[in-house]
Amino acid sequence: MTSGFDILHGLRRHKIVGGELFLTTVDFFVDWGRKSSIWPLTFGLACCAIEMMASFASKFDFDRMGVFPRPTPRQADLLIISGTVVKKMAPAVERLYQEMPSPRFVVSMGACSNCGGPYYDSYSVAKGVDKIIPVDVYIPGCPPRPEALYTAVQTLQEKIDAYWDAGKQILKPVPPSEEALKKINEAAISARGS
Amino acid sequence: MTSPTTPNTPPKNHGQATLADGPVFETKIEQVGEHEMILNMGPQHPSTHGVLRVVLKLDGEVITEAVPDVGYLHRGLEKLSENRTYPMNIVLSDRNDYLSAMNNNWAFCLAVEKLLKVEIPSRAEFIRVIVGELNRIASHMVFYGTYGIDLGAFTPFLYSFGRDREEILDLFEEICGARITYNFIRVGGVMLDAPEGWIERVKAFVDRMAPRLVEYDKLLTLNPIFIDRNLGIGRLPAEKALALGLTGPNLRASGPALDLRKDHPYSVYKEFHFDVPVGKGGGDCYDRFMVRRQEITESLKIVRQACEKIPSGPVMGKVGRVYRPPAGEVFAQLEAPRGWLGSYLVSDGTERPYRHHIRAPSFINLQALSDLVKGLKVADTVAVLGSLDFVLGEVDR
Repeated sequence: MTSGFDILHGLRRHKIVGGELFLTTVDFFVDWGRKSSIWPLTFGLACCAIEMMASFASKFDFDRMGVFPRPTPRQADLLIISGTVVKKMAPAVERLYQEMPSPRFVVSMGACSNCGGPYYDSYSVAKGVDKIIPVDVYIPGCPPRPEALYTAVQTLQEKIDAYWDAGKQILKPVPPSEEALKKINEAAISARGS
Repeated sequence: MTSPTTPNTPPKNHGQATLADGPVFETKIEQVGEHEMILNMGPQHPSTHGVLRVVLKLDGEVITEAVPDVGYLHRGLEKLSENRTYPMNIVLSDRNDYLSAMNNNWAFCLAVEKLLKVEIPSRAEFIRVIVGELNRIASHMVFYGTYGIDLGAFTPFLYSFGRDREEILDLFEEICGARITYNFIRVGGVMLDAPEGWIERVKAFVDRMAPRLVEYDKLLTLNPIFIDRNLGIGRLPAEKALALGLTGPNLRASGPALDLRKDHPYSVYKEFHFDVPVGKGGGDCYDRFMVRRQEITESLKIVRQACEKIPSGPVMGKVGRVYRPPAGEVFAQLEAPRGWLGSYLVSDGTERPYRHHIRAPSFINLQALSDLVKGLKVADTVAVLGSLDFVLGEVDR
């Protein structure tokens, strides 16, 4: 897996008269922008939401990673499930997820949204938000510290990087072997014959 | 005028969420007039401070009816208590009102101690007062910051929430290892004695805070736009507040100086000198803000006095690791940052409570919302919601 912060690994530099020319693929460039501006939704559920707010405040300052809260799901890339998802709230959480534009990411913050946490035997609590929506990163803790949320954002950036790596292999295919070419030709001839 | 998606329509299931098959509670509010509109606010709304849903009926821009819909964070706390032993219940009480977990620990322990008739060492009482008051300051700082954001001032949040509250959390982390959920106050005393030099660091923090409060006032309290958004908005007369059962800063903003720390002093509150700030403007949003702002000053006074008077000695009374309180029922309450926080326990002589009820101040304070926003504009709803300062964990339990 490539590093989350090395932006140069997908660029090709060319010295030209008067400066430098950077060549890259659109995939890399879009993903570089995507991972550097992960905008979460201002959506707090319970105790973890207070730690999420602390992350956005001056001491931890997630703005330096481009993480800046947005109040509407239409502008958000990331849904941080920060607290207990109870059965009454579950349809609303799912609806919020459906309202977000793709690509969208979900971070399950804390024990409650991972698996029910201290309310594992409660009649009204959904035992894990992954029963409703897909989750990208899980953070343990009750509540997790802002540093843990920081790591989650880093992990998410690495994940977005991995998307680009997967795309790179498709863009530069390995030339097919002679045997494979033979098979393709044979298949084409037999298809024409019928 | 009927919109295709009225707020009363439950969200579509999409064939994935099996959890959505639970009961759907519809808020009963009906559209009558031709010019009336129903506006849904929440459960995801940046200024409802959690997952509260309010259904507003509007005539133009004026609110004619408001129905709060609670229960989006109902975790079944009281029922769960019956499945947990008494020490395990302290963990749950942390997550009840997560902005003042120390006071919630304390309220539960007060009730159990009343059942057990256990004597608390003096040093433990003083540590309880220090952490309880520090938690009150931290809670009011959250209010100060988020209320500013609600009314369009983002900067105060960075000072109160990002700088000063973090200093209190550092002090808590030093004494019990946690930032939000402490589980520090235990039945019979406190978990651990304060580490060496902690009391001095608390004193240093109190000294640092005094000039910073002047900064707070410059930033928000005396801001002309902020004053305009608050003065005369959401007036609550004292009789009405008493009739609704409001407690805490919300009640004191309307006039009555009811404070359990003064009227029925629990713990060692008798030994401290402090004032009870009350509102003088008829109980509007600005009064509710000012009472909390002044309470920070009063709490700092109490912390300073407690740091000076704290005796040495043990911090844990004579309580066994497993205890079975005698059968009976008990009610104990204290002055939490949001009002009178009560704990009602019924014991049947086993190690688990037979029944546990929490008198949650936020839930009762929320009752005032429907009356307060009637006749106001939509933008003022945010001011009233913010000034009531409720925590949804405590409302829904």
